[in-house]
Amino acid sequence: MAELNWLSIQEAHAQLTSRQISSVELTQACLDRIDAVEDQVQSFLTLTPETALAQAAEADRMLAAGEGGPLTGVPVQIKDVMCTEGVPTTCASRMLENFVPVYNATAVERLLGQGAVMLGKGNMDEFAMGSSCENSAFHPTRNPWDLERVPGGSSGGAAASVASGQTVYALGSDTGGSVRQPAALCGVVGLKPTYGLVSRYGLIAFASSLDQIGPLGRSVMDCALVLNAIAGHDPRDATSVHQEAKDYSANLGQDIKGLRLGVPEEYFVDGMDPGTRNAIDEAVSTLEGLGASVRPVSLPTTRYALACYYIIAPSECSANLARYDGVKYGYSYQDTDDLWEALEKTREYGFGPEVTRRVMLGTYALSSGYYDAYYLKAQQARTLIRQDFDRVFEEVDALVTPTSPVTAFKIGEKIGDPVQMYLIDVCTLPVNIAGLPGLSVPCGFSDGLPVGMQLIGPHFSEETLLRTAHAYEAATEWSAARPGI
Amino acid sequence: MPLERSQVEHIASLARIGLTEDEIEMFGRQLSQILEQFEVLNELDTTGVIPTGHASGLQTVMRDDLAEDSLDSEDVLKNAPRREGEYFRVNAVLEE
Repeated sequence: MAELNWLSIQEAHAQLTSRQISSVELTQACLDRIDAVEDQVQSFLTLTPETALAQAAEADRMLAAGEGGPLTGVPVQIKDVMCTEGVPTTCASRMLENFVPVYNATAVERLLGQGAVMLGKGNMDEFAMGSSCENSAFHPTRNPWDLERVPGGSSGGAAASVASGQTVYALGSDTGGSVRQPAALCGVVGLKPTYGLVSRYGLIAFASSLDQIGPLGRSVMDCALVLNAIAGHDPRDATSVHQEAKDYSANLGQDIKGLRLGVPEEYFVDGMDPGTRNAIDEAVSTLEGLGASVRPVSLPTTRYALACYYIIAPSECSANLARYDGVKYGYSYQDTDDLWEALEKTREYGFGPEVTRRVMLGTYALSSGYYDAYYLKAQQARTLIRQDFDRVFEEVDALVTPTSPVTAFKIGEKIGDPVQMYLIDVCTLPVNIAGLPGLSVPCGFSDGLPVGMQLIGPHFSEETLLRTAHAYEAATEWSAARPGI
Repeated sequence: MPLERSQVEHIASLARIGLTEDEIEMFGRQLSQILEQFEVLNELDTTGVIPTGHASGLQTVMRDDLAEDSLDSEDVLKNAPRREGEYFRVNAVLEE
C-alpha cells in the first residue's frame, strides 16, 4: 500500500471503485504522510484525523453500495478561509482564533455531499492578504522544494500540502493570485474560475468583487474534476451566475490544433527571473509544437493593474472587515467599559500588520475628499483593463504568461517591504480585476525551484484553459516531479 | 506626498483601529510609499469611462419574497464573546 497519498483523484477513484483500495486506507496514507512531513512543511492550521477517518468509512459504505462520484472517499485540505461546520475556521487570524462556524461554505458542502474526506484546514496569509503565507498569525508554511523558502500565498498551505503529498487535492481562494501564485511556487496546478462560477457563500470575505474559490491539484484533470463538483448557481450568493452544468473533464485529451494563443509582452516585466523567462519561452514553443498558433499581443493597461487592485481590494476589505467588532463573534477586548476603546483594542490586537495596513489603505481611499481620486478612478481603470482583455480575446482564444515573475523566495526576504511583496502578483491581479478564469500549470524549474505558466481566457472559458493545460501537461514531465522531502 | 501623522491618526480613528506610536510611524511611511504607486493612474484618461464595480455583469439580484428558515438563535449566539439570554451583550452605548 505504498504511496497511496500520491495518487491523483482519477487514479484514486479508479482504485476505490474497483475496491483495490479503501478510502480508509487512502486517508490513513495521507495521515501517515502528514505525520512524517508536517513538522517541516506546516501547511495545516487544524487537523481533523478522527473526522477524516469517519468520513472515509462512510465513503467506503457509499462506494460499496455503488454510490458516489469521482471525489467520493478522496482526501482534501480546505483553506482556512472557508467555513466548516463544527471545525475551527480562523482565517489565520487572532481575530477568529476561536471561531467555530455553524454552517459549511457551499463549496465545502458540495464536496462533502459527494463523500469527500476532509483532512483539515490549510494555512494562509491572514484573511487571505499576502503572497507568502508569512502573514499567518500562527506560523509560516514552508515550500516543500526548499524549506527555507515560502510556498507563496495566500493559499500557501493548500499548495504546500498538495506538493508534499499530504493531501490529494486542496481548495483555495484567489483574490489577486492566491491560488495560482502558490501553485506556481510549489509546482502544482491551480485554477481560479471565472468570477461568479463558484459560490462564495461561506467564504470569509476579503474583497467581494474579486474573491473566488478554486482547486489546487497535482494534475489538470484533478482540477477539472473538483471544478465539476463546486461550480454552479447558488441562491445564497447573489453574484453566483446561472451557467449550464458542464463536465469540465470531458474535453481533456483533445488536441489544441488551431488554438490561437497570445503572449502579452507586458507580462514579461523588468526584474523577471531569467530562468522563469526561459521556462515560459520553452513552454510557448511546446504549445506551438502541439499545434497552437502563437502571436504577440499587447495589453497596454497592464501597467495600471497593480494600482487599480491595491485601491479596490483594500477598499472592499476595509468595508468587509468592519464586521469584526468583538460583539458577535471573534476576539473581543473586554478590559474596559468603554464601547469605543473596546472596539479599537479588539481590532488593534485582533488584526496583524498586513490586515491593518490594508484596512487603513482602504479606509483612506474611501474617505471623504479622496473617494474620486482613488476609488472611483480605480473602478474606471478597471473598466479599461477589462476592455483591453475583451479586445485581445477577439484575436486569440487564450493568453500565455508567467504566473509569477519570480520563483519561491526566502522566508523573511520581502516581508518588511509591502510594495515589493505586492509586485509579486503583477501577472495574476489583472485576471481578478477583469473577473476572468486563470490557471497555473507547472512548466519547469529555475535553479531547482518550480516555475508556473499561467493561461488566461475569456469569461467561462475554463474548458479551453483546462484542455490546453492538459495537452501541455501530457507533452511534458513537469507535473510528475516531486520534491525530495 | 507623504501622509502626515495627523492623517494616519485620522484614518486609524475612522477604521476604529488603535495604533502604537511605532505603528503610527511605520504605517505612515508604508502607506505613503503605496500611495506613491497609485500616481500612475493619473496618466490614464478616464473621462466619461463608466466605473466597473464587479465583472460578472449581473444586476441587482432578487429572490422571491418567501419566508425561509434562518439560523437557529442558539447557533447564532454560539460564538458570542458575551451574551445575556437571547442577546449579545455590549458595553453601554449611551452615557448618562
